[in-house]
Amino acid sequence: MLPSLEELSAWLPDLLSGLSISLQVTALSLLIGIPFGLLLALGVLAKSRLTKIVALFLVEVGRGAPALVLLQFIYFGLPTTGLTLGSFTAAVIALAWNTGAYTSEIIRASLQSIPHGQREAAVAIGLNRLDALRYVLLPQGLRVALPALLAFSILIFQGTSLCFTIALPELVSRAYEIGSNTFRYFPALLAAGVLYASISIPAALLVSHVEKRAGSYAQR
Amino acid sequence: MSTADLFAILRGLPWTVALTLGAFLVGAVLGVPLVAARQSRILPLRFLAMIFIQIVRGIPPILWLFIIFFGLGMSVFPISPFNAALAGLGLIAAANMAEIYRGALASIHFGQWEASSALNLGRWSTLTDVVAPQAFRVALPSAASYLIGLMKETAVASTIGVSELAFQGNQLSQLTFRGLEVFALVGMFYILLSLPVAWLSRVADGYLQAKVAR
Repeated sequence: MLPSLEELSAWLPDLLSGLSISLQVTALSLLIGIPFGLLLALGVLAKSRLTKIVALFLVEVGRGAPALVLLQFIYFGLPTTGLTLGSFTAAVIALAWNTGAYTSEIIRASLQSIPHGQREAAVAIGLNRLDALRYVLLPQGLRVALPALLAFSILIFQGTSLCFTIALPELVSRAYEIGSNTFRYFPALLAAGVLYASISIPAALLVSHVEKRAGSYAQR
Repeated sequence: MSTADLFAILRGLPWTVALTLGAFLVGAVLGVPLVAARQSRILPLRFLAMIFIQIVRGIPPILWLFIIFFGLGMSVFPISPFNAALAGLGLIAAANMAEIYRGALASIHFGQWEASSALNLGRWSTLTDVVAPQAFRVALPSAASYLIGLMKETAVASTIGVSELAFQGNQLSQLTFRGLEVFALVGMFYILLSLPVAWLSRVADGYLQAKVAR
């Protein structure tokens, strides 16, 4: 049942390069998705009706549809409009959309959790809207949002496993390929599982630590 | 998009619903002993439960389905795609439900335990008669939003060949080469499915929240 040492040493380079693709997709999705989420959050809070509707639509679809369907929509769906994307680009776009939709709700909630007096004080000392956001609201809001954003990052890291379905050679695809070549599915998939867990579990412990730390700063 | 195409996708609906409800039921039931072990006074048991929950949550759902369907299914015992998906998602649901129960139990005010021991209730009847009914009400909204999350997660079962919504959409898009409309429609079905759950949860929450001590 368990992989032998020779098997492990033969598979490991392959699995690790899959893991590195998973991590690249995670990093890019977060780098694009979180600022996108901030934009969406501001869009949902905006006064303009059109901006609000567009932002709400993007958030509700990005959150409401499964990430798998978003991936397939972008990878298999967009080519019918003449726009063909590689699987890596498609994966980053779909997961960044997903990230943006979820993080916009996290960021919106944390911006709304800031006492109203802060915004009034920013207006009183003559900051314009952008400066109020940049110097007063965001620094406080992001501190509140940080634990939830980190917890979501772990979910996106796990979500990269869905890219198996669009033929991106990430960790699950590599393990599956090894399984179908050697017919040693269980050991190969188990090795991939250990690699996932060895990143997710320490990250989850870190998040719960940050949560406790952040909680002690919160004013109640 | 013809109506025939629409019905082709709709054929996946019962499977999605069955898988979602089945996995949720498995999780809701198995979550109880798991949270009991997680909160137990026996240290090794508590530790084991914690490790189990972390490992289940640390590995992506798609990999769990593969481990069960391809890993165990091909070498240990043959298993149908639906049962493999049910087992995998049920396992994940159990770990997540245990965490939801734990959060709900922790939110019950300590005074409730103290009052029960002042009334000379035993540990067991305190739990079943005083704490659990209140914890259930606290857990309901998070359980409902988890149910919606689980419903979206069932889409991964398409990768091992359970013919649910995403699977039917995939088939149809390969048949018609109209992926854009097909996947947009599939996504819409998932969103539509989540609406009644969200609505029911809000209604039930309104009734039940009034009965939690603060």
